[in-house]
Amino acid sequence: MIETVVGTMILFMAISAIIALETKDLLSSIISVGAIGVATSICFLLVGAPDIAITQMVVEVLSLIILIRATIRRDLTTINGDREFFGLTVTIALIFLFFLFGFKAFLTLPEFGTPAMSQFIEAPSTKYISSGFKETGASNIVTAIILDYRGFDTLGEVTVLFTAIWGALAIMRVYSRKKRKNKNSHE
Amino acid sequence: MIYPLCFLLFLIGLYGATCKKNIVKIILGLLIMEYSVNLFLILLGWKKNGIAPIIDQSTSHEVFIAQSVDPLPQALVLTSIVIGLGVLSLMVAISIRLYQRYGTFDITEMNKLKH
Repeated sequence: MIETVVGTMILFMAISAIIALETKDLLSSIISVGAIGVATSICFLLVGAPDIAITQMVVEVLSLIILIRATIRRDLTTINGDREFFGLTVTIALIFLFFLFGFKAFLTLPEFGTPAMSQFIEAPSTKYISSGFKETGASNIVTAIILDYRGFDTLGEVTVLFTAIWGALAIMRVYSRKKRKNKNSHE
Repeated sequence: MIYPLCFLLFLIGLYGATCKKNIVKIILGLLIMEYSVNLFLILLGWKKNGIAPIIDQSTSHEVFIAQSVDPLPQALVLTSIVIGLGVLSLMVAISIRLYQRYGTFDITEMNKLKH
């Protein structure tokens, strides 16, 4: 039941991805990408990941705002014509080759519905599920992993996020620091 | 059949990132790739008839251990999603700066270092 629903959702996502990449108007393509994000969130909700679904929804709204900020009130948003024919053909052929090899690799994966932790008894997830509540006191095991077992990973994540936002702010700054200093000295 | 569908979505994003001229379309292609990878990792942890990894008073401990889905990919994907937002804001900032310098989103016209 869930398999068919999730499969339909992914097909819907693929269709809206094609629409997003092929349509001429940038605003419509951004809205199509928003549809992909909402479908991803619904899939997360179906496969038992409510935290991820909520986070995905919030991130989706924020990224829509950021992307619309990038494209609104720009004069030239539609660009016609493709890239040169030879390069395009080679790229699509390479992507198709990648698909063939990757498809072979996907056939070796365990069937949908059997996670790795049910095949290996000493998998860390088994320990997290069985003793996570006793050891950390968090009833949500995902929270226990993020903030307790894998706390250093979260520290690294916060560093990456901080650096990325810092870089974005540095790029978007209107006046450079040097100019401002010169202006102050002139005054 | 579900994992190859995720891979198909990834390849559509790859096509957008490599074959498009518009810089916003390239960003959207990267975003689609990110969605597909996140979804694939979450689907990898799903168990048949699984429940969310949140301990409830109405379910006993044994039932929870037997039924819960894998929480580890969820925790790692949660960080990945948030990082994706930061990286997206960085990409959009760079594209806005490029637009201000060259007056277009077309990457084939951004061939001069100084303008």
